[in-house]
Amino acid sequence: MKDFAYAAPATLARAAALWREAPEASRFLAGGTDLLGLMKDFIVEPSRVISLAAIPELRGIREEGGTLVIGAMTPLGEVIASPLARARCPALIQAAAGIKSPQLRNMATLGGDLLQRPRCWYFRRGFGLLGLRDGKPLVLEGDDRFHAILGNAGPAKFVSPSSVAPALVAAGAELSVWSGEGLRRLAARDLYRAPEGEGESEFTLAGGEILVSVRLPAPRPASATYEVRQRRSLDWPVAAASACLELEGGRVAGARLVLGQVAPAPWLVDVTSLLAGKPLDEEAAKAAAAAALKDATPLQGNGYKVQVAEVAARRALLLAAGQAG
Amino acid sequence: MREPKKSWPRLDEAAHLGKRTPRLDAADKVTGRARYTQDVNLDEMLHLKFTLCPHGRARVRSVDVAAAQALDGVVVARAIVDEGEELEHAGREVAVVAAESEEIARAAARLVKVEYEVLEHNVAGDAPDLPEEWAREQRGREQGDVDAGFAEADVVVEGRYGAPIVTHCCLEPHGSVVEVVDEEHANTWSSTQRISSVDEDLAGELGINPENVRAVCQHMGGGFGSKFQFDVWDRECARIADETGRPVKVMLERDHELMVAGSRPSACADVRVGVKQDGTLTAWESRSWGSGGASGGSAPRLPYVFDKVPQRRTHVSIRTNTGAARPWRAPMSPQSCLITMAALDDAAAKLGLDPLDLFLKNVQFTARPEVYEEELQIAARLMDWRTRYVPRAAQQGTVRRGLGLSVHTWGGLGHDSNCSTTIRSDGSVSVSCGTQDLGTGSRTVLAVVTAETLGLRPAAIDVQIGDSTLPPSGGSGGSTTVGGISSAARNAALDALRQLLARAAPELQAAPEECRAQGGRVFVTAAPERALGWSEACALIGPEALAGSGRTDPELMAEGVGGAQMAEVEVDVETGVVTMKKLVAVQDCGTVVDLTLAESQVYGACIMGISSALFEERVMDPGTGACLNPNMAFYRLAGIGDVGEIVVHLMQTEAHHARGVIGIGEPPVISPIAAISNAVANAAGVRVPYAPFTPRAVLNALGKGGAR
Repeated sequence: MKDFAYAAPATLARAAALWREAPEASRFLAGGTDLLGLMKDFIVEPSRVISLAAIPELRGIREEGGTLVIGAMTPLGEVIASPLARARCPALIQAAAGIKSPQLRNMATLGGDLLQRPRCWYFRRGFGLLGLRDGKPLVLEGDDRFHAILGNAGPAKFVSPSSVAPALVAAGAELSVWSGEGLRRLAARDLYRAPEGEGESEFTLAGGEILVSVRLPAPRPASATYEVRQRRSLDWPVAAASACLELEGGRVAGARLVLGQVAPAPWLVDVTSLLAGKPLDEEAAKAAAAAALKDATPLQGNGYKVQVAEVAARRALLLAAGQAG
Repeated sequence: MREPKKSWPRLDEAAHLGKRTPRLDAADKVTGRARYTQDVNLDEMLHLKFTLCPHGRARVRSVDVAAAQALDGVVVARAIVDEGEELEHAGREVAVVAAESEEIARAAARLVKVEYEVLEHNVAGDAPDLPEEWAREQRGREQGDVDAGFAEADVVVEGRYGAPIVTHCCLEPHGSVVEVVDEEHANTWSSTQRISSVDEDLAGELGINPENVRAVCQHMGGGFGSKFQFDVWDRECARIADETGRPVKVMLERDHELMVAGSRPSACADVRVGVKQDGTLTAWESRSWGSGGASGGSAPRLPYVFDKVPQRRTHVSIRTNTGAARPWRAPMSPQSCLITMAALDDAAAKLGLDPLDLFLKNVQFTARPEVYEEELQIAARLMDWRTRYVPRAAQQGTVRRGLGLSVHTWGGLGHDSNCSTTIRSDGSVSVSCGTQDLGTGSRTVLAVVTAETLGLRPAAIDVQIGDSTLPPSGGSGGSTTVGGISSAARNAALDALRQLLARAAPELQAAPEECRAQGGRVFVTAAPERALGWSEACALIGPEALAGSGRTDPELMAEGVGGAQMAEVEVDVETGVVTMKKLVAVQDCGTVVDLTLAESQVYGACIMGISSALFEERVMDPGTGACLNPNMAFYRLAGIGDVGEIVVHLMQTEAHHARGVIGIGEPPVISPIAAISNAVANAAGVRVPYAPFTPRAVLNALGKGGAR
């Protein structure tokens, strides 16, 4: 990798100030499990790396007036082990536990997982985030087996790689972001966007903004994540789904379903209208999953992902309702 | 004096042979003391990196190394291709840089500016209908009366089966360190499968006498057939060490490793099998195709194992712009096995027969019918096949279990090897052999054989290997090592023992041939109480140590092994995910030198086989010709959680033991892909034609892939 200067400031203000000194050349470092690989492969080449590890308020899990607040720099392993987090949102715990590497769970952070870069093999081989050649995505004539089947009408064909984002979007989580002057809030789903041109980011954070914490205002006990992975050991899922249900007397009052690894951003489907007032049984789950994939637009060779995502969605819904998927 | 008889002790009389000895270097490996080529760091050492061609096929217009050369810490930067030269695949080395650190070298390699004329390429190695420019029909082969065979058949079963190009993916990449000591002398530390002849290649490159070159390889992180060549990186390492007078190290980057440093050819085939109602095979016909890179590739051996069936086969060799194939653990055999065993399994399914019965019915068409019959029966018992087998497509439910089987064969005759054994007056014993330990346990093999022969404990034997100054031994390929080194070590130890007994016998008032060494003592065979302790006997040696020498011995080894494997998988027919539950591997290999080491070979082979059956595939981009997955995240290998239960059964009877030593490194890697394919078909109810059996492949076969 390219040589770089390293700093580990103790405050958010100092970290942001350091970034402003060299905005183009700086990167924030969380657990490093993604950034270091990207640097080693010369996909990103910062000359300044600003570690966030020494900023105390970025780490830890606590309750604040009914809201569960998880610091962005909290390692995934700590999230998994937290009884508070487990009680608040089983879907989040299941998603994090699906990262089948103790090394990654111990080093990777919650915020870092949300902000990891796509695993698209064109991007990772140096063809750019959109993998364009002569303005056309290489993947269209190339190998698309792991690419998007939804939200792929634009030039972005990659899939959002985050393991925890679907669960957090489904749970209606909010993010707290340090914008330089102060904190701002945004919905977890609004962290992501599909870039329209090379050079655009897949995140909505402005340059120099720092993800501070993830906030879960409401308990989501009826939630679950189901991932379909090729390997039982560490692997990015072929498709994943997280579901959060509000159940009243065994009937659905609200249902949010989010598909992961299928679109440039976590793919939220509000299936409340479809399921409202019904018990969530096999048939209802099947109908909701089918509706979620109804408008899928698979590429040449990844039609199988529609099937996989539909199954993941159905199983996540059933698990969230407390029934075996 | 009469030579002691050259044979192995009977199994029931052996102290160590065929038993379990802990690996001599186990502690070194788990503590990190074991020194690999990567661990060799010399003063003033330079590091090499390469600039690689990014295109599937291109002509070099110009190479400009000025910017690389200008980088602080760069000592050498130069083109290693000519202007106008055509490069046949992405990953071809275009320029080399040598720098003070690996990081500088890596950065410099990226500063080399190359202009290319991009040419048309083909990276599809498994497409059946390519234009003639890329696909060459090879001469067909026919054996027996094929037409009569098909006429005799009650049923003709057709199918298509295949496996893609996979890489060797050695966890230790290729690499070496070269130190030119002076005008006449050089040293090299090389990750190699043939330490005894690396010195010659290096000497040739440097123009010096091979006797003045020392090559060392104490430990290796895998070769699998890919580490025989003196490669372009070895050559550049030598040249730059020579030019600069400084030691030079090269270890390939992972992407470089996966793109060029070894791959297994693809092989696919359309097959027709004629079969009678009772399962007897009557005829085989196949048209195969595949690729091993720019030079095409060789044909699979079809039909495999059941090769006495009347047969007609043709092959189309496909040229692809991909890194060249190298021998991959049992070259062409896993592919041949998959195609054959899948076709037989489909025949059984079509006839409504249990495939085990169909295989048993046809052992007559193999070279060793009784062996296969026995091994299949043992495997069936270990898998509980007879009670658990359910016909294909008879299952309901989302997650379905399936069983599949396969048989394989291999030669495994020992290579030519030399060995010397030294016994000193202090009782210490050394054995020296210019072989290498690929991770297979060669060191321990030499210790077990020497200890067995001298009546000592294996841990008491000092073993010297991995050095070109030692008695020369063959390369480790084709499962030839254990036969070669064990027989040579046996003879060397017998030679040394003969000399020791000549000194000890007078003390025991007996003739040397009346004495023996066993249990740490030297004694009169007929009167064991007339004995000397090992150290007492060795004290008679005097200042000059006893040196025994031995060579590979056909009397102590044999060739030709068989194996039967059975796989149990679970297939989720909604997601296409295949999960390994169990793999039973029954294997013969003649005289088992060490049971733990032999079993380890089978375990390792099963894991490697499972990995290529379920996950491995080198993915090339049709548009750019670039490799899309040359890293360990995208090039999926099985993790320990993916392999399920593995049950290994070695055929270790006095009859097998009496055959002599035969290699076992390759045979057990052949069958897993076929057995797993058959198990997946049994569970899913359909044949998944191409490996690896991924969710995509399984769902497409089930018609749920939405393939357009």
